[in-house]
Order: sequence, then C-alpha cells, then structure tokens
Amino acid sequence: MSQARASNPVLEFKGRLMTLTILRLLDSSVEVLARELDRRVKEAPAFFRHLPVIIDVGEVASSDLHEDLPGLVELLRTRDLVPVAIRGGDARWAEAADAAGLSVYAAERDPVARRQAPVEDDAAPAAAAAPASTAEPVVERTGGLVVTQPVRSGQQIYARGGDLVLLAQVSPGAEVLADGHIHCYGTLNGRALAGVRGDTEARIFCQSFRADLVSIAGIYSISEQFDEALTGKPVSVSLHGDTLRIERL
Amino acid sequence: MAKIVVVTSGKGGVGKTTSSAAIGAGLARAGHRTAIVDFDVGLRNLDLIMGLERRVVYDFVNVINEEATLNQALIRDKRVDNLFILAASQTRDKDALTDDGVERVLTEMSKDFDYIVCDSPAGIERGALMAMYFADEAIVVTNPEVSSVRDSDRVLGILSSKTRRAANGQPKVREHLLLTRYSPARVQRGEMLSVEDVKEILAIDLLGVIPESQSVLTASNAGVPVILEEESDAGQAYQDAVARFLGEERPHRFVSNEKKGLFGRLFGS
Ligand SMILES: Nc1ncnc2c1ncn2[C@@H]1O[C@H](COP(=O)(O)OP(=O)(O)OP(=O)(O)O)[C@@H](O)[C@H]1O
Ligand SMILES: [Mg+2]
Repeated sequence: MSQARASNPVLEFKGRLMTLTILRLLDSSVEVLARELDRRVKEAPAFFRHLPVIIDVGEVASSDLHEDLPGLVELLRTRDLVPVAIRGGDARWAEAADAAGLSVYAAERDPVARRQAPVEDDAAPAAAAAPASTAEPVVERTGGLVVTQPVRSGQQIYARGGDLVLLAQVSPGAEVLADGHIHCYGTLNGRALAGVRGDTEARIFCQSFRADLVSIAGIYSISEQFDEALTGKPVSVSLHGDTLRIERL
Repeated sequence: MAKIVVVTSGKGGVGKTTSSAAIGAGLARAGHRTAIVDFDVGLRNLDLIMGLERRVVYDFVNVINEEATLNQALIRDKRVDNLFILAASQTRDKDALTDDGVERVLTEMSKDFDYIVCDSPAGIERGALMAMYFADEAIVVTNPEVSSVRDSDRVLGILSSKTRRAANGQPKVREHLLLTRYSPARVQRGEMLSVEDVKEILAIDLLGVIPESQSVLTASNAGVPVILEEESDAGQAYQDAVARFLGEERPHRFVSNEKKGLFGRLFGS
C-alpha cells in the first residue's frame, strides 16, 4: 500500500476547480465604484455576503487606481465581500496587490491566453456571476469525456477542452463541468456548468431536469428561478445574450 | 479466498451494526464460514448486540499490533456454527487501525473464511474509509429519509473511486441497497420516502427492506442477532435479504401498509 495512505496527514493541498466571481472594474473612480457597489449589494445582499471575488483590473490597468487598491479592498470587505486576488494589470498592480494581501491572477489565466498555455489543475474555470470576459471564446475542443457511472453527491467531474456526456444520473450535491456542452441521459440534479472557459455557444441537455444550478459561460441561474413546469422534463439550456434560456426538448 | 463485504452508510445510527450481525449470522447459517469484524474502534457495540461482550479477551487492534494471534482474538459464536466475531477495541482510537495492519489481518482471514463482514463506523472519515477500502461487495444501509439517502449517495461515490478495486482498476465493488427502519404507514402519511423514491435516487439494486420493528430492540437487548428471531418481521426480512445476497430471488415483503392479521398482531411491531 502506498506511503501516502499509510501516514496520517494533517493537511492536504488539492487542485480544485472552483467557480469564482470576477468583479470587473470599468471605472477608475473609487467613489463611483463605491456607489455602484452599494446599489448592487442592496439588490441581492444574500448573494454578495462572504462572496469571494477576483478583482479584474484589466480595463483600468492604465489608471492610477492601484494606489487606491487598499482602500478598494477595505470597501469590499466592509460590504462583506471577500476579495482574494486581482487579475490583470502590470507590475505596479502586482506590488499594490501584494501590499493589500491579495494574490495576483496573471492575465495568462484568462480564456484568451489559454489558447497557448495548457490549463493547470488549479485554474478557476469560470466566473459564475459575471460574464467571464468580453473576449471571444477560444477554448480548443479536444475529445470530451463519457461517464458511465452515476456522479454522486460530493463528486465533481470536469471535461476539460470538450463535451461531457453523462450516461447515468447526476446526484444532488454533485457538480459537473465542461468546456463544451453537457449531455445528461439520466436525471440531472446538482450543479451543471457548461462552457466554463467562456464558450457562450455551449449548451446543457438533459433527460430529466432537476438541477440546483445551471450555468453557461459564467451566466448562471438557480432552481428558484426555474419554471416549475420544466421539473423532471427533458430540457436544453442555452445562452442568449446575457440570459439563459431553458426550454423543453 | 473470502469475499469482503462492507456494511456502510455515511449517516450514523441507521442500523449498520444490527445489519452486520444479522447478515453475518444469516450467511453462517447458510453454511458459509463467516467472520464479522467491528471497525468501530472506540465504541465497540457489535459484540454487545451479539451477546458476546463478556467473551472478548483480544480484539482487532491487538491482532494488528501483533499482541495476539488471529485465532486468539476470533470469538466463536455458540449459537451459530461457522460464525466468528473480531471485536473492536474499546480503549483505542481509530488511528490504531493502520492501513498495513488492516490489510495484513484481512489477507490472513481471507484464507480461512468464505465471507468477512466489515461493520463500518458512521461518517466518511478514516475508520469508515478503512472499512470500505478492501471491500468486494458493499451493503449500503439507508433509512427512508433525505439526509440518510444523501449520505448513502456520497458513500457510493467513495466506493466507486476510493477502494482497492478502484485503485487497482479491478471490476467495481458490487453495491446493494438495504433500506432499514422502514414504516409503510409513515410512508403513506408522507413522513418518509418510499422504497421507489430511494431506489430512484440511488439507482442501485435493492437487497432488502427491513421494517421498523420493536423486535430489533428486544433482540439486541437480549444479545441475539435479530435474524435468529424466526417469527419476527425484521428477522424474516433479514432472512430474505441474505437469500437474495446469495443469489435467490424473493419478493419484497413488509413494504406495503396492509392490515395486520392475528399473526402480525401477536409477533409484529
Ligand atoms: N429495523 C429497525 N427497527 C427498529 N429499530 C432499529 C432497526 N434497526 C436498527 N434499529 C435501532 O437503531 C439504533 C441504531 O442501530 P445500529 O446500532 O445498528 O446502527 P449503526 O448504523 O450501527 O449506528 P452507528 O452509526 O452508531 O454505528 C439501535 O438502537 C437499533 O436497535
Ligand atoms: Mg454501529
């Protein structure tokens, strides 16, 4: 038996795919950002509470906003958001992030640059709440993944670079992700995220729809928002502009 | 070579130990040399349910630590031929079950027995993972309620990915659903999930449905595996389950809410 199992570990580092929310800054004035943030948080306080976010500074990288990064972080924290990293920006931004206790997600990690760079296991596949990127989705499609066994509660399956075909069910508490489409020939419970690296053309198809959450290219919808008449029915989920369309097949 | 059968659930208190004792005794009565191993180190209640607690001298941990031989530690049941118990230690914690130790003991036992039934502790921590790791077959004990079904689903995921069979790329662990503490009346009132509901969610073969029954408590207080109570509803349900486990086809009883006849009123729950 392996050594790893024989010892009794006290901690573990695991590469995991998580959906993270990206907060894109589109204005370089802290006042303007604060006002808009308050408005958004008031709309859906429960959603934002303790929400980990990556601050995407790409659009404001050339401004001097990095000097205000500590203030911005404080602003987010007092509104109960949890900033964890910045994405984009140059060395000035990296330094500011370091000082503010944030890590830096290199711009290479976004969908555009992934064309050249192979994806690592720890990469966050998508921004769940925000449109991931305005850039064209350029994820390369490779084979895809066919899963014959049920995906059980607590399990997560990711089809990198292709479609995910599920021949059995997805249980409540399970999560399935694909860069391409997701096809589920059993009952789809749990969470299903297609086009997680930004492919807005990706779709989800299932034989019996009972999901808790569906997402395409980072645009998501949760069960409270689903039309009850679709429960247990065969459906397809597709993205039209900024809205998910869930239709009977 | 013995078949290693784990009795597991995720959720606690659903009837794993009760089922391990009943099924182990049932297999032995069918003529198979059977050992029941208690993996619930620190709690030790298999021997209590089996009425053997006063005969425990050495336990599983003693054998792992080579403080006793397997033959010294195995307790032979006096009521049922072919039935043996390896008790858990009351004084150690789960860390006493080392991977290598467990593997060595199970390998040694495999030579002498037809079936090794592993009574798993609750949860999905080390002790439970250890009980599952070497399994050839798994009996997933589930109560007809949402939290128990969810935990069973999780356990099924672990069985398909974190067992010796999965690690070696061997055929997968054979999974059986044992639905216990089932009350047709409560299902009818909508207070519990039905057999069909649970089967649909877990999508594995149904080994048996054990009714909620006073006879389980009575038998365990008397230190008798309930399967030996031939007249009791739970005992009969376990007999059916063991027969199915050995390949026989039997209709499922105790699943609908029919009026009890005189027999039922005298002996049932
Ligand atoms: N069919 C049944 N009808 C009535 N009571 C039952 C039934 N099955 C089990 N019980 C009772 O439920 C309790 C828990 O049973 P048991 O100890 O077998 O569960 P367990 O899953 O082994 O628990 P643990 O997770 O603590 O090891 C006991 O009091 C037992 O008598
Ligand atoms: Mg127990």
